[in-house]
Amino acid sequence: MPALPFYPDQASTFAGEVDALYTFLILLSIVFGAGIALALVVFAVKYRRRGPDDRPELIHGSMALELAWSLGPLVIVMGIFVWSAALYYRIQRAPKNAMEIHVVGKRWMWKIQHMTGQREINELHVPIGAPVRLTITSEDVIHSFFVPAFRVKTDAVPGRYTSLWFEARQTGRFHLFCAEYCGTKHSGMIGSVVVMEPAAFQEWLAGGPSLSPAAEGEKLFQSLACITCHRADSGARGPSLEGLFGRPVALSDGGTAVATPEYIRESILTPSAKVVAGYQPVMPTFQGQVTEEQILHIIEYLKTLRPAPAAAIPVPPAGAPSPAARPQPKSSPKP
Amino acid sequence: MSSTATAPSAAPAVPPREHYLNVNFGVKSWLLTTDHKRIALLYLATITVMFALGGAFAVAIRLELLTPPGDFVQSETYNKLFTMHGVIMVFFFLIPSVPAVLGNFLLPLMLGAKDLAFPRLNLASWYIFVVGAAFTVWAILTGGLDTGWTFYAPYSTVASNSNVVAAGLGIFITGFSSILTGVNFIVTTHKMRAPGLTWFRLPLFVWAHYATSIIMILGTPVIAVTVLMVAVERIAHLGFFDPRLGGDPILFQHLFWFYSHPAVYIMILPSMGVISELVACFSRKRVFGYSFVAMSSLAIAIIGFFVWGHHMFVSGQSTYAGMVFSFLSYLVAIPSAIKVFNWTATLYKGSVAWDTPMLYAFGFIGLFTIGGLTGLFLAALGLDVHVHDTYFVVAHFHYIMVGGVLMGYLGGLHFWWPKITGRMYNEGLAKLAALIIFVGFNLTFFPQFILGYLGMPRRYHMYPEEFQVLNVMSSAGASILGIGYLIPLLYLTWSMRYGRIAPANPWGARGLEWQVPSPPTTYNFDQVPHVQEEAYDYATARKEPAHV
Repeated sequence: MPALPFYPDQASTFAGEVDALYTFLILLSIVFGAGIALALVVFAVKYRRRGPDDRPELIHGSMALELAWSLGPLVIVMGIFVWSAALYYRIQRAPKNAMEIHVVGKRWMWKIQHMTGQREINELHVPIGAPVRLTITSEDVIHSFFVPAFRVKTDAVPGRYTSLWFEARQTGRFHLFCAEYCGTKHSGMIGSVVVMEPAAFQEWLAGGPSLSPAAEGEKLFQSLACITCHRADSGARGPSLEGLFGRPVALSDGGTAVATPEYIRESILTPSAKVVAGYQPVMPTFQGQVTEEQILHIIEYLKTLRPAPAAAIPVPPAGAPSPAARPQPKSSPKP
Repeated sequence: MSSTATAPSAAPAVPPREHYLNVNFGVKSWLLTTDHKRIALLYLATITVMFALGGAFAVAIRLELLTPPGDFVQSETYNKLFTMHGVIMVFFFLIPSVPAVLGNFLLPLMLGAKDLAFPRLNLASWYIFVVGAAFTVWAILTGGLDTGWTFYAPYSTVASNSNVVAAGLGIFITGFSSILTGVNFIVTTHKMRAPGLTWFRLPLFVWAHYATSIIMILGTPVIAVTVLMVAVERIAHLGFFDPRLGGDPILFQHLFWFYSHPAVYIMILPSMGVISELVACFSRKRVFGYSFVAMSSLAIAIIGFFVWGHHMFVSGQSTYAGMVFSFLSYLVAIPSAIKVFNWTATLYKGSVAWDTPMLYAFGFIGLFTIGGLTGLFLAALGLDVHVHDTYFVVAHFHYIMVGGVLMGYLGGLHFWWPKITGRMYNEGLAKLAALIIFVGFNLTFFPQFILGYLGMPRRYHMYPEEFQVLNVMSSAGASILGIGYLIPLLYLTWSMRYGRIAPANPWGARGLEWQVPSPPTTYNFDQVPHVQEEAYDYATARKEPAHV
């Protein structure tokens, strides 16, 4: 029988930090738990009933003790709160230079797409020592992408994009689990994360099909005939999508929306929900015609559509946010 | 015994004393009773059956998890087993356990009242409960339910092929039973206290039930609405939760946990009330810091409504919402800690007797402390990301719900058994069972903390081989635990007929329920008692002539 481990592999930069908090809480629990248990045992033995006529003195209580054992623990738990919230914040905020990977959960498999075009199912290859950001969604019900060795987990929610990031610091093969119950083969929706040396990873990347998601998206943009309306020439039936990604968009109802992935997804599936100012709600829905992965491809393609140089940048409509809200140049996804 | 006259007549022939159990006989006398004590026994029988059913599902789960591959049942079956175990145990055992049995029996007795404020409503609650339970059992027998007790959408609304609507309807119906019981308890506590029984003379058991009733009334309608929305989306495809219909799956989680987190306090608060009674009686001391223990129940009931989002730290909920919910979850830990400290302090300079009910109280305090402390782990945002939806969570809530609620329920059942049945149980067997349950419980659930931190997700039919050792330990513990639960079932049943006749106050306890004979008469008190003393007035009692 192998020795029983107490911690899983510490294969990401978060692992040590999460384990430190865990260890601290265990020690704290031992101190408090043992204290209570000891007091119970000592009192129960020392003050055990000596006879049927035992009548102990009345003790009402003690304000000092009540305050001590309310405020003392309060200070301790607030300390834990600050510690754990700071860690959570870092787990939730991916660094800007993180490598992007798309993950789509579907009963009962994980479909993964690298920006270079490599696809995998139930396996995720990543390089060691580089931050990796997963954009996650689901095609059906809620799943949850869980890598115990990395101490990270995020639900895959249909209709939403969630994200998760990590930086691996140990090569090897680690468990990937679905942690949100999703039906019959929930416990079969498992796989592995393979952490590789950077050179080996590049070699692995080069071994697959080379059509990147953006290129796939461009093909879809043609084949689904998006291009017939969404063109740069004036008089087109739909707004030009050049330089759209990440920019505020004025809507026909007077509001503004930022062109996030969620906004683009909604505009493809429910075009009438947010119509761009100056246009008619004539676009048909593409619900049922595109998969979640294809939507992600189109979004990647739109990210590459830089605004035409110089003067061609469309002037924001009157009343649009101040220049401060102007789009920052987005770095295109790194291969 | 008590100074209250017991025998209806002093005739030398000594006819058996009339009490609520022998006042009349026959099925009709039970099914149409409005006596809160008989209704409590109806609930006792019903939830014991439900506990056995939920326990049988647990046995099957632990058998399956003995080995890594899914070799005992199929995945579909396994998913139904853990779902039905959860649904039965949560909605049909834990939530009614202490309030509907012990609360129903004791609240009027502790208040010096003839009955609850609305006796017929009380009977109606039991019928509603039985109808709800019958619906859910019918759903189980005719195909089962595989959504998990949490009914997460859109799985429950579009994907599951099981009896979601029927099972949900059962929960919907049962909710009304809970609401009516809550209303009954609140009105009774306000309007039917005996003269002199002021709020701060109430037993802490009553305070705990009062706080519980508030949650029942405010929370239960939300789960009813939520279950209804699931049914409507399933049947009429109205988009509440499914994004393809324009709904939002996260909305379901907000609604579900808005009830289901406070529901944890519906389960634990009444048990905490039991523990206060046990600790006071078996150390012959007033509960240390009475008013702090009383107010902590209300604090838990109120703050408990604002922590639901801690079930959703990895759901895609905003980072800042997560922080608010984590902060509030740490606040709700304080009143629970206050109770544990005060119970422990009550033993100080007491006269501690190690009778069976007190063993359960010790067990409760120990296991609830572990359950509470591991709650701090789960409220810790950065740590919860890792342990969320793993066996760590399973272990945590079993420490609260089984280690806490069930220990309190069993402790209370033993404590008041002489009052309920008029018979004593076998003390030796009872102590042995309490010990077996404590050992079996820890062996079952402690390994699951480690299992969870190592990464084993909950609701897994099959698992990687490295998790087997801990799972075997857990299954072994479960078999010990199962035996531990069978023993009280046997000796308590046996005692109803053959147990030693119980005196009115076998434990030398204070409290109005001990001043009437065991078992009490139908209307509890021959004369309305006038209360002139504080709760748990053990110190004054010593000045009186031997109170036996």
